[in-house]
Amino acid sequence: MSRQILRNIHNTLTVPAQFKNLKKIRRFVKKFIRQAGFTEDESYKVQLAVDEACSNIIEHAYAGENQGDIVCSCECSNEELIIQLVDYGKSFDPERIEAPDLHSSLKDRKTGGLGFYFMHQLMDEVTFMIVPESIAVNGAGVIDRPVNMLVMVKRRS
Amino acid sequence: MEINTTQYKRCELVKVSGRVDSFTAPKLGEALSEITQSGKYNIALEMGDVEYVSSAGLRVMIDVQKTCKHIYKGEVILVSIPKRIYETLELAGFVPLFRFFDNVTEAVESF
Repeated sequence: MSRQILRNIHNTLTVPAQFKNLKKIRRFVKKFIRQAGFTEDESYKVQLAVDEACSNIIEHAYAGENQGDIVCSCECSNEELIIQLVDYGKSFDPERIEAPDLHSSLKDRKTGGLGFYFMHQLMDEVTFMIVPESIAVNGAGVIDRPVNMLVMVKRRS
Repeated sequence: MEINTTQYKRCELVKVSGRVDSFTAPKLGEALSEITQSGKYNIALEMGDVEYVSSAGLRVMIDVQKTCKHIYKGEVILVSIPKRIYETLELAGFVPLFRFFDNVTEAVESF
């Protein structure tokens, strides 16, 4: 929980969950990648991990485009970059994601689960949480609703 | 992402440039399907100017390889693959599933 980023207008981008917005999110994250002073190689890995995470949100949490927002927040501290992605779609249990098939023959090769595997391989920490978020509801004041939060950390080598 | 297709005697050369992500990968998939649907199953995929490929792009590459190799006895070969994209292919365990060539001439002649 300590990894959560306090969102503000400068460190947060909210976009509708659409594949065309992956580019916008990558550009936004790139600003922080530069701040963190990462190498080109590290930068590539972070962008790829963010891309995979957002694609998973659109495909799995929202089961398609235009079903909600992706909220991306970034924070650079000393030697690391923290990226937090929030969505309001269906939650999932990371324990139940099957490991990808990396070795079978072409004929039998399955390509599911690669994005999730990439995120873990490319980043130093990947954590999924379901956290309460306060929202204003007409007639009911402010209520807490559970939202999906993914926090990924990349440390400078 | 941009796609340019050139017809050779024994294969189709598909030159892809830019970024292949979940947004652009379907367009690459369509371009490759058009080729296979027209009865051509030898494809050289030239990726020297590709900046980036996510798992969505990798899925397209493996799907067309399956179509060409197993169903029609053709093959998709990869040409001028940038180092980072090769590393992504390695991460996914895709390297043994393709033949790699350093330049178009070698690739086209391999068919």
